[in-house]
Amino acid sequence: MRNVDIIIIGGGPAGLAAAVSAYESGCRDILILEREEKLGGILKQCIHNGFGLKMFHEELTGPEYAKKYIDKVIAYGIPYECDTMVIGISDDKTVTAVNRVNGVQVFKAKAVVLAMGCRERPRGALAIPGYRCSGIYTAGTAQRLVNLEGIMPGKKVLILGSGDIGLIMARRMTFMGAQVLACVELMPYSSGLKRNIVQCLDDFGIPLLLNHTVVDIKGRERLEGAVVAEVDPETKKPIPGTEQCFDCDTLLLSVGLIPENELTKMAGVRLSESTKGAEVDESLETSADGIFSCGNVLHVHDLVDFVSKEAEKAGANAYRYVKGDMKKTGGGVEVKNGYGVSGTVPQFIHPESMDEPVNFMFRPKGVYKNAEICVEAGGQRIYSRKSRILSPGEMVNVQLSPEVFKQVPCIEDVTVKVEA
Amino acid sequence: MEKEITCIGCPMGCSITADIGKDGKINSLSGYSCGVGKKYAYGELTLPKRMVTSLVYVRGTNKPLPVKTSAPITKSKIPECLGAIRSVSVTAPVRVGDIIIKNVLGEDADIVATGEII
Amino acid sequence: MFDVIIIGGGVIGCTTARNLARYDLNVALLEKASDICEGQSKANTAIVHGGYDAKPHTLKAKYNVTGNGMFDKVCSELDVPLKWNTSLVAAFSESGIPKLEELKHQGEVNGVHGLSIIGRDEIIRREPNISRSVCAALLVTNGGIVCPYELTIANAENAAENGVRFYRNAPVTKVEKDGGQWRVQSGAGTFTSRAVINCAGLYSDVINNMVSENKFHIKPRRGEYYIIDKSYAGTFNASIFQLPTKMGKGILVTPTVDGTLLVGPTAEDIDDRDDTRTTSGGLAKALKFGSATWEHIPMRDVITTFAGIRAHCDRDDFVIGEAQDAPLFFNAGGVESPGLTSSPAIGEYLADSAAEKLGAKAKKNFNPIRKSIPKFREMTDRERAQAIASDPDYAKIVCRCETVTEAEIRASIRRPVGARTIDGIKRRTRAGMGRCQAGFCTPATIKILCEELGISPLEVTKFGGKSKMLDRYLFDKGGGNHA
Repeated sequence: MRNVDIIIIGGGPAGLAAAVSAYESGCRDILILEREEKLGGILKQCIHNGFGLKMFHEELTGPEYAKKYIDKVIAYGIPYECDTMVIGISDDKTVTAVNRVNGVQVFKAKAVVLAMGCRERPRGALAIPGYRCSGIYTAGTAQRLVNLEGIMPGKKVLILGSGDIGLIMARRMTFMGAQVLACVELMPYSSGLKRNIVQCLDDFGIPLLLNHTVVDIKGRERLEGAVVAEVDPETKKPIPGTEQCFDCDTLLLSVGLIPENELTKMAGVRLSESTKGAEVDESLETSADGIFSCGNVLHVHDLVDFVSKEAEKAGANAYRYVKGDMKKTGGGVEVKNGYGVSGTVPQFIHPESMDEPVNFMFRPKGVYKNAEICVEAGGQRIYSRKSRILSPGEMVNVQLSPEVFKQVPCIEDVTVKVEA
Repeated sequence: MEKEITCIGCPMGCSITADIGKDGKINSLSGYSCGVGKKYAYGELTLPKRMVTSLVYVRGTNKPLPVKTSAPITKSKIPECLGAIRSVSVTAPVRVGDIIIKNVLGEDADIVATGEII
Repeated sequence: MFDVIIIGGGVIGCTTARNLARYDLNVALLEKASDICEGQSKANTAIVHGGYDAKPHTLKAKYNVTGNGMFDKVCSELDVPLKWNTSLVAAFSESGIPKLEELKHQGEVNGVHGLSIIGRDEIIRREPNISRSVCAALLVTNGGIVCPYELTIANAENAAENGVRFYRNAPVTKVEKDGGQWRVQSGAGTFTSRAVINCAGLYSDVINNMVSENKFHIKPRRGEYYIIDKSYAGTFNASIFQLPTKMGKGILVTPTVDGTLLVGPTAEDIDDRDDTRTTSGGLAKALKFGSATWEHIPMRDVITTFAGIRAHCDRDDFVIGEAQDAPLFFNAGGVESPGLTSSPAIGEYLADSAAEKLGAKAKKNFNPIRKSIPKFREMTDRERAQAIASDPDYAKIVCRCETVTEAEIRASIRRPVGARTIDGIKRRTRAGMGRCQAGFCTPATIKILCEELGISPLEVTKFGGKSKMLDRYLFDKGGGNHA
């Protein structure tokens, strides 16, 4: 059993930023536990650019963005173990990890930062009918094969899902010599960035089929074709007679990211139904004392820059907790998802003891034009801002200072909503 | 002739229509709702440029090295640029920022490493 | 030249192989697919049936009941997960109760003990998550669940360790008499044997009809299933059946030994024996009928769907034993449900019959014990430390959803009748069977397969044949680029 002040589970963008922030706050006993061979997390395989615009005012590729933090981790001498899988965690912050060098290690941490990221929804979860042939990959797995292993999964590609990962892979596969036939999207809109629609699909003449989905898989052994049909925008059910078969040997799925909270559950931490991540308060502490959460494992982000900002907060607060400087009373006031809002983080705040600004982050439930984002507390409207466009593909960030809350006498709950 | 593009400045994704003369000059522009869109449309419709990221062969291994153009290049030259990247190879050690191809295709941009091989 | 050739490497063939290994006989098993357990045995409801469902005085009834009684011993010897979780045949309206009485009576005629009809209160006490419209149920205390592919593979490994030769990628194209022998032509060459045992499942009619005038015909019957995430383990304890129809036992909601839940199977007669597709209609049916038992099947926690095909025979019963007009040719024909439950009894019977006819002696050093690959996920921390100390590959977790280590994956390839494909590894270790459905572990599993078999990643298949996983290298190893 080894005592550590702060254990950070995950050495991707969230874990790295949390570690650096904890160090810069003064902590000198940190340990990052990372399951891959190298630090960097998912950024290692994101060789496209578009990272760091907000954080560093530069447009970087994933590996370059990760390097900024990895260089600091090394310069600061923050201990980390790679090729190490955390296999257990309890609510009293006993962390069990396993690797070749040290075998089974048990740590007792004063604070833990959960930064495990997320996984991709597979074909099975969508129950797409047809054969269970080879050639069907989630976009991220294909990305790893191409960008890290140097292997192409196939030649003729269909992409299901127009989220950013699917769009990025449309371009990547095209660049590396494959033929991408189309991008198929269930919803009437794409949740990806407009920039990616233009630079990953339009630039290559790859059609985007909105209100469509894959209804059948052909090919007993290796994929031979995917049948695509239009869906009813209300019911999402395929419309008979609209089927068309795309001859393809590869189907890439970009149909949802799910925070990887197996360890979180093990620690007895309460999860939110709407984010699928931990419930946290304004300091990003979960329902378990001294266990913090940040990054995609808390809620799925669009921009890594916001992951870093969030993780900085978690890392700094983890150290405050270690020092005994966190002053909170009770569970806090609930933050509710009002009209048009889903997945607001944090789910609880302590208005009386808040001493730094809180960032409410949420996803709009639909596409709203010329709408107003509002925050209400104690029956009063404490914040509003107009927005030309709100869409589920872009997470909204509302920053409020503690003073704004202190002005409201009796806060029983807070509501974040959209007024369209 | 008329050309239509989607602005990438924000999630509005305004559809901007341009009337382009025979000489390639823009006679008129409509559909944008802010200055960002107007500026983007002018650039995109006269000389569209793109950053290019790709992978380079590392001799002695199948693991590729990620690279990028150090600045946006002419969009129509992307296939040629990818070809130039395909035609070279590197050996360890390579550091982030190392120039793999100088002044690729005369585009005033280099191909630089974005990852490292030790 | 063999003494016995077994055609078919499903649970029946592999169990027969293991039983034949008790004798001093030269035995070979020919499996048409790239791996054993690629047919019915990998795609079923995994139930050890109580025996109330089969019609009395049929071979199905006989072998079901006998087989059921053998499961404790077999699973203990072969280290296969088995759970006597009981079965419940639930009636959701009063009008179903007479049918329950009928099944109970039928079971008793078949020799099944421990059957009773229980009322609504008792059902809900046992199964708090069952639909509240349940009226009564037949309680089957000798119903259980098993891992059907581990059972098949364990039988094969034990058979191989005791001398049986396994040939995979060996589809049998012809069986004919050649003097006093049988000549069997297959994808792995032509063999001669004194005896042949037909365990070819969905193709058992084709094989039988090559040599016997006593023909039968398989009518493939497809069943589709949903698998629900193991986070729902405990939602149901018993395997919950509905009233049987003429197409079969109906749609179940059942836990598996791995903690996941199955909803299914449907029953649809099809023409193509290999049409293992799931269909939107079939899946919708599974949900519709399944929700009679489980009102709110959690669709967001479906991890995958699959289809299995039953080798339903036009005789409506198993065809077991020596063909009357083909001496030393034995059949295990039309073995659909309750085939899994019947397998220990069928395998023993066929092996003993053949051995007797061949005048074989018992093998002195037959070892009935087979240990499964030690599973990291089931170990205590102490055991884990010990495992890592003796094999550091136990410290590398490859499949994070099911906590499967590199050591287990390597072992699955190295063991007798070892894995050669992604699915082969999956069935032997559970790597890739979890909620991310191999999204995370695939690159690593491919790598390990290549190292162990000395092949290139481009040769790796999901389950043999044309099911290649990958297309090409971005860059040639030799030095040229061909992106």
